[in-house]
Formats: sequence, C-alpha cells, structure tokens
Amino acid sequence: MVTVHSSESEFGDLHRRLFILRVGLLLVVVLLGLRLWHLQIREGPYYRDLSENNRTRLVLLEPARGLIYDRHGVLLANNVPSFSLYVTLEDVKDREALIQQLTDLLGLDPTIVRKKMTAKGSNLLPRKIKDHMTLRDATLVESHRLDMPGVMIQVESQRNYPGGVTAAHLLGYVGEISADQLEKPEFIDLHQGSIVGQYGVEKSYDRHVRGMAGQKSVEVDALGHEKKASVVERPQAGNDLYLTIDVRLQKLAEDLLGQEQGAIVALDPNSGDILAMASRPGFDPNMLSRELTAKQWVEIVQDEGRPLNNRASQGQYPPGSTFKIPMAVAALETKTMLPSSTVYCNGGYQFGKRLYHDWKASGHGYVNLHNALVHSCDVYFYTIGQRMGIDVIAEFGKDFGLGKVTGVELPSERSGIMPSTAWKQKAKNEQWLPGETISAAIGQGYVTVTPLQMASLVGTVANDGINYRPRLVLAVMDRTSGNLQELPAVPRGKMNAKPETFRIIKDALADVVTKGTATKAKSSMVTIGGKTGTAQVAALRTGPEESIPKKFRDHAWFVAFAPVESPKIAVAVLAEHMGHGGATAAPLAKEIIETYLKLTSQAPVVTSDLPSVNGLGRSSKDS
Amino acid sequence: MIDRLTEHRGLDSFDIRYVALILAILGIGVMSIYSVTRGQQGGAAPYYLKQLIWIGLGAAAFIIMWASDYHQLARFAYPAYVFILLMLVFVLFDGRTSKGAQRWIALGPFSFQPSEFAKLILVLVLAHYYSKAPRVGWLQRVIIPGLLVLPGLLLILKQPDLGSGLSFVAVYAAMLLMVGIRSQALGFILLFSIMLFPFAWEGVWGSLHDYQRQRIMAFVDPEYDPGGKGYHALQSKIAIGSGELLGKGLYGGTQSQLKFLPEGHTDFVFAVFAEEWGFLGVVVLLTLFVALIWLSLEIASKAKDQLGALLAVGIVAMLCFCIVVNIGMTAGMFPIVGIPLPLVSYGGSATIMTMAALGLLLNVKRKRLSLFY
Repeated sequence: MVTVHSSESEFGDLHRRLFILRVGLLLVVVLLGLRLWHLQIREGPYYRDLSENNRTRLVLLEPARGLIYDRHGVLLANNVPSFSLYVTLEDVKDREALIQQLTDLLGLDPTIVRKKMTAKGSNLLPRKIKDHMTLRDATLVESHRLDMPGVMIQVESQRNYPGGVTAAHLLGYVGEISADQLEKPEFIDLHQGSIVGQYGVEKSYDRHVRGMAGQKSVEVDALGHEKKASVVERPQAGNDLYLTIDVRLQKLAEDLLGQEQGAIVALDPNSGDILAMASRPGFDPNMLSRELTAKQWVEIVQDEGRPLNNRASQGQYPPGSTFKIPMAVAALETKTMLPSSTVYCNGGYQFGKRLYHDWKASGHGYVNLHNALVHSCDVYFYTIGQRMGIDVIAEFGKDFGLGKVTGVELPSERSGIMPSTAWKQKAKNEQWLPGETISAAIGQGYVTVTPLQMASLVGTVANDGINYRPRLVLAVMDRTSGNLQELPAVPRGKMNAKPETFRIIKDALADVVTKGTATKAKSSMVTIGGKTGTAQVAALRTGPEESIPKKFRDHAWFVAFAPVESPKIAVAVLAEHMGHGGATAAPLAKEIIETYLKLTSQAPVVTSDLPSVNGLGRSSKDS
Repeated sequence: MIDRLTEHRGLDSFDIRYVALILAILGIGVMSIYSVTRGQQGGAAPYYLKQLIWIGLGAAAFIIMWASDYHQLARFAYPAYVFILLMLVFVLFDGRTSKGAQRWIALGPFSFQPSEFAKLILVLVLAHYYSKAPRVGWLQRVIIPGLLVLPGLLLILKQPDLGSGLSFVAVYAAMLLMVGIRSQALGFILLFSIMLFPFAWEGVWGSLHDYQRQRIMAFVDPEYDPGGKGYHALQSKIAIGSGELLGKGLYGGTQSQLKFLPEGHTDFVFAVFAEEWGFLGVVVLLTLFVALIWLSLEIASKAKDQLGALLAVGIVAMLCFCIVVNIGMTAGMFPIVGIPLPLVSYGGSATIMTMAALGLLLNVKRKRLSLFY
C-alpha cells in the first residue's frame, strides 16, 4: 500500500514537473528566437555585407616603384612589366597536388613552392609564389587555370636598371621582403611577396620609393575561379629620386678602375654632393633583383673580389701618406711646428731600439712642413707625431670625420678607426705604446679610413674647414602632387682652424702635383692639389714591386681637389694592390677632375623631358 | 467493455497531426539538403536521394516502434544496452574514421553510427530502471542510474563525440528531474558537481582533441582567427544573419552555395535554411518543432503508467537537447560540438533513430488495457 501510494504520488508529481518542463522549453525557444531575431533582423545588414564580401577576395595591387635619375635626369632605375604567379590557399583543395602541377608545368623547385605556401599569412589573401615569369610560362598557367583553382597570374612591374652595372653599389637592388624584415615595424604595411630595397639607395630610400599597394576586389565562385574583378583602391606609385651623381662621371670612374679592385669618390666640397662613387668589381643589379638560384647567390657571395662590397663606403684601408694632411693641420694648429721650422731627415727615425725608415733611404735632408708634404717625408711626420702624441692626432683626425661614419645615405657604411689611448684601452684592453704613434703618424698601424671619408677630408681642406655631409640624393619628386622637393645640403660643421693653416696646406698640396710625388696628376687645364699615399698591405717587403705577388702589393691612394683657387671637386682614389699612389692613382684623379670641369663648363645634357630637371642640373652649381 | 476495447485499440492512437508535423520537418530537411548539395558528388546517389532512403527506413522503424509494445521493448533494454556498448567498443577498435573522430561501423556500402542508437537505448534503460520499483534514497535515484549511464558516456566521449555525450547527460538529467528528486538532493548534486567541476573539466578538456579545444576557444572570440578555428562559427553566423527577414530564396544562399559554409548538409543545415528562408522561415521551423514537442509532452502527461511517461520525457529531452544545441551552435550561442538537427540534418543513423524514437512516443499514446499484456 505504502509503495503504491508513493508510486502514485510520484506519478502525480510528474504532471507538475511536466508543466515546469514546458515553461522551461518555451523559455529556451524564446531565447533562441531572440538570438535569431538579433542575428537576422538587427544585425542582418551587417551579416549581409559580410556574406557579400565572402564571395570576394581582396587582391593587392603592387605599386610601381619610383624612378631614379642622376642629377641631370638620366634614368638609372625604372620598371618593366612582368608576370607573377599567385595562389589563394583558401581556394586550393589539395595543396600537394597543386605543388605537383605547378612544378611539372613550370619546372619550379617543389620545396620552394611548398615553403611559400606554408609561410605565415592569411589563407584568404593570395600569396606570391613566383615572379618574373616569362610570357610563355604565364600563358601556360593561364591555359591550365581551370584545373588549378586559386591560382592567378598578375601583371606587375619589375625593377629594371638600364645602365646595368653602372652605379650598382649606389642604386643597390630590390628583392622580396624577408621573414625577418616583415617583423619590423617599418614594414608594417607590407606583406609576403612585397618588393623592398635590399641595398644601396633602393634600401635607404625605400620608404620614399616604395609607393603604396592598392587593392582589387575579385569575385570568386565556389571553386575559387575569378569571375569579376574591380579595383577598390589604385596603387600609389613611389616617389622619384634624383641622385647627386653625374652618370657620365660615374661611368668614367668605373671605367678608370676597369678590372682592378678599388674605389673612386668624387664630391662637390661646397655642398657635399657625391658626383661619382665607384667601387670595383661591381655587379648587375638586374640579376640580383630577380629571384636568384642558390648557386648564383653562392657564386656572388664567395667571389673573392667581393663585388657586393661597396669599397667606397665600406672598405677600410690604412690611409698611408694621405694621413699627412690632417697631421700637417694638427702640427700648425697646435704650434708643434712653425711653417718655417725644419726637421733633418737622414732616411730614418730612431725610437728606442727601433729604426723607423723613411720611404727615401737616402733621406730628404732639412725639410719644413711644405717640403715634407710635397715630398712626403716620413721622418718629418714621425717627429711631429711623436711630439704631439696620439690623442692630439686623434682629436684632429676626428675633426676631419675620421673614425666615424660620414652619414651618407647608404646602408652599412663603415667608420674606419681613428685610434687613441682611450680607443686602444676599450678595443684591446691594452695601453697605447709610444712606438705606435710613429706608425699612426704616417697613416699606418691602427688607422683605417674609407675612400669616402678621405674624399670628404680633402674636400674639407679645399673648403677651408667647412664640411658638408656627403649626400647622394638631391631631390625627391612626389608622384601624387608632382612637387619636386630639393633636399638641402647638410653642413657638418667648421673646423676650428685658422684660414692661414689651410692656405699653407693647399699651397703644399698644389706643389705635390706640380713638383712632388704626384706629378702624374699634373694638368694643363686646371690647377690640382693632392696627396699621394701608399697603404702597406704586408709588413715586410723585399725586392722590387713587380716581384711581389699581387695580393701582397700595397694599395695606392690619391686624394685631390681642383681648381686650387676655388675648389669645385674633391676626389679620393683607392686602387687595391697597385703600389704607389703617385704612379697609379694620381692619373685617375686627374682624368676625373678634367672631365668634370669640362662637363660643367658646357650646358648640362638632359635626357629627361621633365622641365624641372633643367633647373635641377644647374641649381647645385648656382647655390 | 467491448466499447472500451475498440476505442483503445488499433489506429486510434495514430495521431495524424503528429505525423504531419514530422513530415513537414523532414520535408524542410530534404529541401535544404537538396539546395546545398545539388551539383555536388555525394557518392553513388545524390545526398537528397539518400536522405529519402533514410526517411523510408525511418518510416519503417517508426511504424515498428509504434506498433510494438513498449513494455516488451523495455524488457530488452538492458540486453540492448549491453549490445550497443559492445558496438561502441568495436567502433573504438575498428570503426571508420571521418573528420578526426571514429564513430562509424561500416556495413557494406553504408555505415552506421552506434552512438545515435545508444541515445534511444539509454532512454529505454533509464525509463525501465525507474519504473520497475520505487526508487527512494539518493543512492537508488542518483548514483545507480548514474553508473548505468557512465560506460556509454565514457565510450562515446572516447570517440570523441562530444555532442552525443552531452545528450546522454541531458537525458539523465531530464529523467532525474522527472522522477522527482527532492530539492535538497538537487542542491547536493549541484554542489557536488560544482566541487567536481575542476576535475571533470580537466578530464574532459584533456581528453578533447586539439581541434575541439580550439573550437571552444574560437567560440569565445570567433573573429580572432576567422580563417582558422573560428571559421565554422563565423561563416555560420554570416549565413544565418545575411538571410535577414525574408531570406535569399531557395538556391540563393551564397554562403552555402559557394561553399563558404562547410558541412552545410549535416550539422549546419539550419544555417543553410536560415540563409535561404530568413527569419520568417526560421520562425516557421521553430514553430513546427515546438508543436512537435508540445504534442510529445501531451503524450507524456497522458501516459497510462510511469514507464510510458518516463519514456516520453526521455525522448522529448533528447530531441529538445539536440534541437536547442544545434540551433544554438549555428547561431553562435554555444561552442560547436557536432550535433545534427533532428529530422533536418542529412544522416542515416540519426534520421532512423529519431523517427524510431517518435514512433515509440506515439506507441506510449496507445491506451491499452493491462489485460492485454
């Protein structure tokens, strides 16, 4: 009875509980209904928009890179059309099958294709798999496109350097952005496949030249085939650059170096404009701006001539006797020597147990500062060096910009070394030895400089101590507004030295060319002041130059400016393993100077039809 | 006596409204499946045709369940449960794997999913257990039936099939509620569950596949990784939302037609329907479901005995759970757990099982005299 009762009461309870269940059910259904009302009615238009966009893929339209001209408007870098292959992974059903298809069709390396497909990035955005395709390959892909959903051919512009190797180190080259670069904040707007400058001005002015990508909206069907496309946002071409170089002078400088390794820098001491900056051996930026094979890359990197190295701004060499110029300035300014004071040179300088030789074994006899420079007397400079001490020398060296980068707009500029006691303590944790000052006094030992620094140094002397930062970009032309913005010359400062000092030095440097070590630079056309130098490569040398293997032969230096009365050009020539500067480097500088003065005396040759360029060519002369 | 006999025998229990509702919902399902899969290779036959075959088989199951005697069926509950448990074990070792889960047993060209049938059998088991003798005390009411549920639940979670596992829990909870658990006991169970939650969570979370965890994470913020793990959830919401009031029309659903929405014919068929028929269509479908549930609860309340009532409640709980969770997950209210929408989603096992369950429900309505047992 009890059990029946309990069972019945439970059963009766069921109806009550069913009622609760019904109420609960209605509640849940109302909640679902509200949610659906919210999605479909309140947010319906929003989702409608999204669903429209779902059918479309946004494709980036790569901008055309800005053009690069020389100072007279001669085209140095432009763009030519090329085909690129893109894949939208979202539309790819079987990746491996597609990789197989693409590699069969185009002979691509499957591992590279796979790497590009698996790289980080959105599956909804097309990824660049291959660029610089031939028309034949592009057509081949187009004809198979129906079998390869998600695959797309885009016409893009490809960087082209009409001059080939000319000015390659300055222009640099472009390449696909690397994974590391993508992480950097300055590349925040970019994406896999973007082309950025990787070297030279292309790299340092990338921000200006790059432009802004546009967008194209492509409607796709279920199989990822393009149905309709419309441009959402036009790409913005990058700004054009006008470099300070005169491509004729640049070409001459490169031709003068020929097959030798070395560098020539010519600049305008009145503005810091780099008129030519050659480094040999060179490379073809057209080749580097395309996708290289691993083998090609290894060949370039392992080339003993290190063609990718810009010797003008990255090569660090002992300045040799060209260092006597700042030494002379230091001696006069510190009153270590009067212009009339003499030192007796008997061919050697005894310090402690060691005898330091002069290059002329028989000695120069009594020499004053003028003659010491003209005949490059080592003993004279040993003596003043010893008297001043390394820290005073370093102070003047640094005033001339040695031991620090010039700030030219090129990536990876090197600073060279202007040693001092503090420098040695820091770099080597050793004390400075007095004998080391003697080596430094003639530009050997720890002292190293770049050709660019030496051109700047001689330009500073020519300009009576006023120094401009070497610059490579004269003006930027804004593509959207058409405005041509000239970049101002950047003064780096004025040396705290008497005009008299520079007059004495310049007189001496002029005599170096007329009757000293650099008579090979003597010109019938213009007065040239200069200084030769020989940078020792191997410490011990015996016998005549010709008997030494070339790689142990000394580097030849010559730094010069002209005309002596009102300098318009400063030049530094560094020829690796070419022996004495006077014999090999000096004639090259003369040729550069003569050619430049001839070129500027005639009306500038303009190859561009841009009207502003005419003014541009003259403006730097006028200012 | 004779009057009563004739009155309560035969077709009198066959409720035409009930059958009409079922057919209407099935029709919506076939239509949506056809819309989303037309022009698509579905194996030997198109999906909608195969679904019609499943419905035919389901109709047979419906009639058999309706015509048989649920008391007899209840007697086979335990053996059937043991059988289905063995099947679930078999699935783990030799099942067909699809989309990372091992849920199917291959039968020639067809495959069937034991976990679907396990749900219905569980309803039978629990109804049978509670109706047999008075169950007093929390041991008899909660623990023992809980232990009955456990092996099936664990085997299903192992597959893994989170959706079916959760329906197991739902059926158990609904039954507990129906047999009248006292409020203190309910409170105790709640407290116990809360205390146990961290351990259970770790157990469940740890046993989940990576993709399941990511789906749950994506549920929290689907827009975070729209191309990745939140893709289903986001695309489904876009499909439903873009339907707006009147929908895009049959075959007009760009989301589903252009295949942005995956599994449009199975778990996400509701989104396909909502995109093509809009809010109005959704209201119609929900009304049909509510009406079906309402009639089912009617049957439960008019059941002659506790077994019948419990069977009805269990089946209703199972259906409600599937409907609410499926629509909820497509509408972005719940994480995506993989539960088909009853009578609408494509699928043999689920369709046949659901129709069998509804047949059983109608069976409960047959007011037979105890004399005939």
